[in-house]
Amino acid sequence: MEKDNTAKIKELRDYIGSIKTTEHRDSYLIAVLHKAQDLFGYVSQEVMDEISLSMSIPTAHIWGVVTFYHYFSLLPKGKHAISVCMGTACYVKGAEKILKAIKEHLKIEIGQTTTDGVFTLQEARCLGACGLAPVVMIDEKIYGNVTEKNAVSILKEHSRLK
Amino acid sequence: MPEKIKIIINDKEYEVRPNQTIMQAADGVGFHLPRLCYHPRLSIEGACRVCIVEVEGMRNFVASCAYPIHDGMKIRTNTDELRRARRDIVELILDNHPTDCHTCVRDGNCELQRLAYAMGIRKRHFEGEKKNYEKDISSTAVVRDPNKCILCGRCVRICSEVQAVTNLGFAHRGFKTVVMPAYNLPFSDTVCSTCGQCINVCPTAAFIEKNYTQDVFAGLSDKNLIKIAQVAPSVRAAIGEDFGLSAGRNMEKETAAALRKLGFDYVFDTQFSADLTIVEEASELVHRIKTKGKLPMITSCSSAWMKYMEQFFPDLIENISTAKSPMSMMGAMIKTYFAEKIKADPKNILSVAVMCCTAKKYEAARPELLIDGIRGVDYMITTREASWMMKSAGIDLVNIKGEEFDEPLGMSSGAGTIFGATGGVMEAALRTAYELYTGKEMPDLDIKAVRGLKGIKEGSVMMGDMELRVAVAHGLGNAAKLLQEVRKDPNKYHFIEIMGCPGGCVGGGGQPYVGLNSVPLDENLLKKRAEALYSSDKNKSVRKSHENPDIKKIYKEFLGEPLGERSYKLLHTHYKQHYPQGIISGEERCQGPFDGKR
Repeated sequence: MEKDNTAKIKELRDYIGSIKTTEHRDSYLIAVLHKAQDLFGYVSQEVMDEISLSMSIPTAHIWGVVTFYHYFSLLPKGKHAISVCMGTACYVKGAEKILKAIKEHLKIEIGQTTTDGVFTLQEARCLGACGLAPVVMIDEKIYGNVTEKNAVSILKEHSRLK
Repeated sequence: MPEKIKIIINDKEYEVRPNQTIMQAADGVGFHLPRLCYHPRLSIEGACRVCIVEVEGMRNFVASCAYPIHDGMKIRTNTDELRRARRDIVELILDNHPTDCHTCVRDGNCELQRLAYAMGIRKRHFEGEKKNYEKDISSTAVVRDPNKCILCGRCVRICSEVQAVTNLGFAHRGFKTVVMPAYNLPFSDTVCSTCGQCINVCPTAAFIEKNYTQDVFAGLSDKNLIKIAQVAPSVRAAIGEDFGLSAGRNMEKETAAALRKLGFDYVFDTQFSADLTIVEEASELVHRIKTKGKLPMITSCSSAWMKYMEQFFPDLIENISTAKSPMSMMGAMIKTYFAEKIKADPKNILSVAVMCCTAKKYEAARPELLIDGIRGVDYMITTREASWMMKSAGIDLVNIKGEEFDEPLGMSSGAGTIFGATGGVMEAALRTAYELYTGKEMPDLDIKAVRGLKGIKEGSVMMGDMELRVAVAHGLGNAAKLLQEVRKDPNKYHFIEIMGCPGGCVGGGGQPYVGLNSVPLDENLLKKRAEALYSSDKNKSVRKSHENPDIKKIYKEFLGEPLGERSYKLLHTHYKQHYPQGIISGEERCQGPFDGKR
């Protein structure tokens, strides 16, 4: 894990290094934060400190940007990301009940990660698969016609396969 | 481009300078539009919308602080509709604001309160959601209370644009937006320099100093203690403002009398220990020059600057004078020299410093400054806290009969007096260093090049055959600019004075809040306070620190030689790198006070 992080930090530094010469370097902060989240799955304080030092941007400013955008996560994400679609079609087809069932099963709220680090639960606004409503997306895979009952077995199925 | 353009305000034509905002132009012709997030020394936020005006041809009201004028522009500032809109805007701010004015520390000098009055809010129509955050009391100097915050952002801007600290930012969004340091860290763990400028510019009580008045009152009523106060130069130059006097009245004798009436047994003058600082610091400078020691030497009496240096410029630690600040020198002398004189156990002495500063609260608690395990200064209270204590005890500072400071730590030279203004320490130190180096008297004691409110001042003095190059910066943003230069060219200067606050101590974070017709850090206000000190210097018979007879006496009786063994133990200190490391961002963009146009 440690070693893994060193490689990732190096990749982040290289990325920041690659924009060093461009004008208005500060404005690349969001791109750098995207890169960091891609690499680590979330933006930790250590990573923000690293960005602050290598880009000469005060941490108070970085903190402002990271907390402004919901896209950035301050906490580690689980191995699998569950997105329950709450778009109109899914909603009228009972998405709320599915969400409730998953919350109860995993014992977490939206935005949280299970204690074993396997699942992170999120809401989504329309995944573009309304024909299959209600849908749940786990990682990159869409599951259609989900019901309260089969939702839990889909989770189990997915985590066993991947 | 024409010299002047015509604008029409409320049907009347005015000729004004082009390239101004509506607010600036209106100010110039006598319309002081209501405002809140605007500050003349800071970038334009345009967040509060209180300064809206009507411009003919525009669909909506425009924020006058952010909108430029053009030839023939027709502006209305005082229609029924505008007054209603402004009133609603301020009322909506009040809706999320606590309704505890009568128990608030800023009751009576709150800008939001004044604005609500001026906008004519006599009845409340809405009840808004209140914020519920914990107060951050972790810092020894600055308290942050987000519940009182109205998100005008002045603190955020002064912290980065004037002070180059950038400890504060807006975090989260919408109603949940909070002004906080990075990672919502407790203030004590941040890069905060404790300068207190956020307190000075805050319109409400979202930032205030850590209040020690109750501790001081408790100490004053303890019969077993010997109570001793010391008063900084800039306190006397400003405390009158808190009692309704105009700026620039020197209240030295009145303050000494008032503190005795509060219950202090002895009232000493920090100007005396400023003289002591000068003798040590000037000796150190001459020693460094003669022994080819580390130069440029940089002054160390501003506590906010010291904390800033440890976090932002740790590479300059060797350049910093090891002399303690006047406050801490006085603390050390009270608990040793004076305790010995009156045959008292230093543990039974209550030492209180009245300062124009908030950072000195932090300094007073620094472990490096302990003398045989006890603090030199037990409590530091600001000018504001001191005037509150006087008011609370029914002491009439305006009509009180003035009294002198106590001996033997109460007499000061003109050099010790001007410590409170930017450039003052430099000027005072040069008066002594010149004589130490050349053995001759300095021909002209007034060193005009280092006076005034220019952000960075440079000058040189011929000391015999040596040209001593000096620089002075006030406000940490200017300091950062100057020191980046020093990093590039370490030989550019021999001696540098840095003051953490704009204007020096007279503009300190603990000074009285400004009244109705001024703004925080107003240039004229700072000038008047500084003038009170410079005219006092001019009128003194002794104008050089080393000629102060009581300074000579304390070396003879107790300290020995400047930089000697005892002086070194009691009057000097050391610094080390402090984390988290600070990041100076875009110091070239940093708008130092009173430099350039705004």
